[in-house]
Amino acid sequence: MNFRRLFLIGLPYLWLLALFLIPFGIVLKISLSDIALAIPPYTPTLDFSEGLAGLGRFLAALDFENFTWLTQDELYWRAYLSSLQIAVVATLITLAVGFPIAYGMARAPDEWRPTLMMLVILPFWTSFLIRVYSWMGILGREGVLNQVLMWSGIISEPLTILNTNTAVYIGIVYTYLPFMILPIYATLDKLDVSLLEAAEDLGCTRTSAFWLVTLPLARPGIIAGCFLVFIPTLGEFVIPSLLGGSDTLMIGKVLWEEFSANRDWPVASAVAVVLLLILIIPIVLFQRNQQRQAEAEQ
Amino acid sequence: MATPAKTPTVFAPWEDAAETPLIRFRNVTKRFGEFTAIDALDLDIYEKEFFALLGPSGCGKTTLMRMLAGFETPTEGEITLAGKNIVSVPPNKRPVNMMFQSYALFPHLSVWDNIAFGLRRSDMPKDEIGQRVEEMLRLTRLEKFARRKPHQISGGQRQRVALARSLAKAPKLLLLDEPLGALDKKLRHETQFELMDIQEKTGTTFVIVTHDQEEAMTVASRVAVMDHGKLMQVATPARIYENPANVYVADFIGEVNIIEGNATATGGECYDIAWAESQPVIHAQSSEPLAADARVSFAIRPEKINVTAEEPTDRPNKMRGRIHDIAYLGNISTYHVEVGGQIIKAQMTNSRRLARRSFTWEDEVWLSFTDTAGVVLTS
Amino acid sequence: MRRFSWFNATSLTLGFAFLYFPMVILVIYSFNESKLVTVWAGFSTKWYGELLQNEAFLDAAWVTVRVAVMSSTIATLLGTMAAYTLVRAGRFPGRTLFSGMIYAPLVMPEVITGLSLLLLFIAIGLDRGVTTIVLAHTTFSMCYVSVVVSSRLMSFDRSLEEAALDLGCTPWDAFRSVTLPIIAPAVISGWLLAFTLSLDDLVIASFTSGPSSTTLPIKIFSAVRLGVSPEINALSTIMIGIVAVGVISASLISKRAAIQREREERQAAG
Repeated sequence: MNFRRLFLIGLPYLWLLALFLIPFGIVLKISLSDIALAIPPYTPTLDFSEGLAGLGRFLAALDFENFTWLTQDELYWRAYLSSLQIAVVATLITLAVGFPIAYGMARAPDEWRPTLMMLVILPFWTSFLIRVYSWMGILGREGVLNQVLMWSGIISEPLTILNTNTAVYIGIVYTYLPFMILPIYATLDKLDVSLLEAAEDLGCTRTSAFWLVTLPLARPGIIAGCFLVFIPTLGEFVIPSLLGGSDTLMIGKVLWEEFSANRDWPVASAVAVVLLLILIIPIVLFQRNQQRQAEAEQ
Repeated sequence: MATPAKTPTVFAPWEDAAETPLIRFRNVTKRFGEFTAIDALDLDIYEKEFFALLGPSGCGKTTLMRMLAGFETPTEGEITLAGKNIVSVPPNKRPVNMMFQSYALFPHLSVWDNIAFGLRRSDMPKDEIGQRVEEMLRLTRLEKFARRKPHQISGGQRQRVALARSLAKAPKLLLLDEPLGALDKKLRHETQFELMDIQEKTGTTFVIVTHDQEEAMTVASRVAVMDHGKLMQVATPARIYENPANVYVADFIGEVNIIEGNATATGGECYDIAWAESQPVIHAQSSEPLAADARVSFAIRPEKINVTAEEPTDRPNKMRGRIHDIAYLGNISTYHVEVGGQIIKAQMTNSRRLARRSFTWEDEVWLSFTDTAGVVLTS
Repeated sequence: MRRFSWFNATSLTLGFAFLYFPMVILVIYSFNESKLVTVWAGFSTKWYGELLQNEAFLDAAWVTVRVAVMSSTIATLLGTMAAYTLVRAGRFPGRTLFSGMIYAPLVMPEVITGLSLLLLFIAIGLDRGVTTIVLAHTTFSMCYVSVVVSSRLMSFDRSLEEAALDLGCTPWDAFRSVTLPIIAPAVISGWLLAFTLSLDDLVIASFTSGPSSTTLPIKIFSAVRLGVSPEINALSTIMIGIVAVGVISASLISKRAAIQREREERQAAG
């Protein structure tokens, strides 16, 4: 019994320690190291053959140089700021697009709901990469959108949308829309219609009942949806590299390039550590929102 | 409210000193962190008993039952079953089965397979399992539903499947956790008698947990009233009702008037209770000797009090009051009568039609009862 | 009977048009005769033919499916164990760290997960290939499996397990004959989720794959960086088709089962 319990807990535990926590420790360590023309391309390396003295020398050689570098080079803090800005704006647009859809689904006739639900989930299971790619054919200079607009005579010159921040926004809203719709739909679906009838009975108009009853009660779903869009967007790599232009600065892309093109592992690791520090705040807020919602349901 | 007579010879093993109990709790305590669910409890339950644990939610009755099933281990003390300490025996090794409040029917198995589930985990040969399942299906009148899944049968049928499943292994002891809680009132009454019938046919010892006092009184041979992890009284339903051991039990079971006063001995088992100025003392009897001028609670059931317009002549206790409220319940009426600043409830059966009923609000009436109608309680 | 209001009907129509328009365009242009993806030159299935001739894509697809099957199967085992531990095992030392490690990968940016795993594999001298991708995919998808399974376990009536113990099961026997059959749908959807995540993943696979183990998303990504290609359109159409058939049939099956069940319950009550 006790052996079985140990096995049950121990196996996934050890797996996560070895393949999640320790790798992250390595990132932290390398972020404090210096770049070197060697394999691996950083220094110092821990040499166990020297025993405790080696450990001391190893620790002494670690420093915060890479983090200082991040604050000095304009590229990095501009990339962080622009990622934050893109993530915030994209989240708000996704909310504006997603809320009416979720609301419409929650107010739809009962026999329609499973179908609508399936229609939201289907893109969710479809390849992320393909969904981003699908916009390349639409937004390009000779893409479907420009062709339609030119043909209808609205514009005479093709618009440049692909490889701009506009395309990045479209891509984010499109790919993360289901993450916004589903939590909002879940809260709206649970909302008791008699609450709205009570509000109207007590003198509210339809509109004021929406602002005073529906929206406050949908708040946990709205908050959850916003975080579910905001958190992954901040570190997004695929969308800015396929739809964004050379001036689209997002930290996920910077990290990738620092790592693969410049082979500067210590700086790439430092970029990752700072990104994670920025993410801790929304993650903690999100967790708290989820916990409160779970407690309210009990 | 009394139990119907079951057998000509009275079944009362708890009164026979030669009988050894099937289950013994000895000084059992169970704590969950800071909270004490069961507090140094002693209890004996005898073979073939239908034993009810009764109390409000959180009183510890469910914990007591779960310790019998083996899902909780006592913090202190020992529990013996047929003389063997079972504290460290896991649930799957105990000759005890349980019927769960939620029934806990396995949704992926048919009625037949649910009943056979426990038998398949014993060393019973295959053909005997079949026979035993059929026998249980007949006992609970479920033959027609053997192939159905739990969601394909009604609530009452599910309850019977749960009963059949827990009885199939012929346990020494069957535990029933609020077995009728999910049924509607009419079905619950029918099922109570069915349960008693099955208990008698199989001769199994039943321990039932319930918060429904009427249910406990109907089915049980003895009732244990619990509060805050302690036993308040363990006795037959009739004794619990007529001779409550304390104010808690008197108040918990049925309706009661509690009149507080000071008792003075008047010879033998007779006492006079002074309870309000300007009101006559209450003449009462107590088999337990009381200290001089003891503070006591006099408990009397409403149906033991007579309401009359004229002063009765043949009753030792009588008092005058004014009707404050009348609750008409069809077969009976409850009168709330104000006497000496206290409301006293009295019940009369409505043997006559409505038009002939004589009392109304604000009427002056006489309340009267005999000197053995109530009990004198000191705690 | 509730009906669509004018406003709701409009927002739903526009919303779903937005969600499906790009995919429909993609499918249409995969049947375009012309190499120039933006000019319609008549119906043709030739790009599907070319796709099937393309060895590099077929190899990548085979690697991807192998990785997805292995990683999702291991992830389902580990994730179910983790979920059972979190919901049922009560307190044990390091529980907070454990649940933190289960939830953290769900919100961790893929670039960081990928980078950290790559640095680990280099540090321990493990050659990058199918094995490293499987290890990486298992790690993040076991967390998704564990979330799916633990939410089912939390709504699971615990007295069912107690009833099994009460009727003579050992704890393992109770898990096998009662718990597992009941949570099986959640375990299966956990597996499907892990499988899809693995099929889909570009970033982590890019970090952890070696030259001999290119997965399909890596192949697609390097192809589409150069621009829109009709072959990729054809490949996308096939993938969308598989997902659509899967999702639609799953929802039809579950709808039929729900209706059937409702009818049976109504009959039982009446």
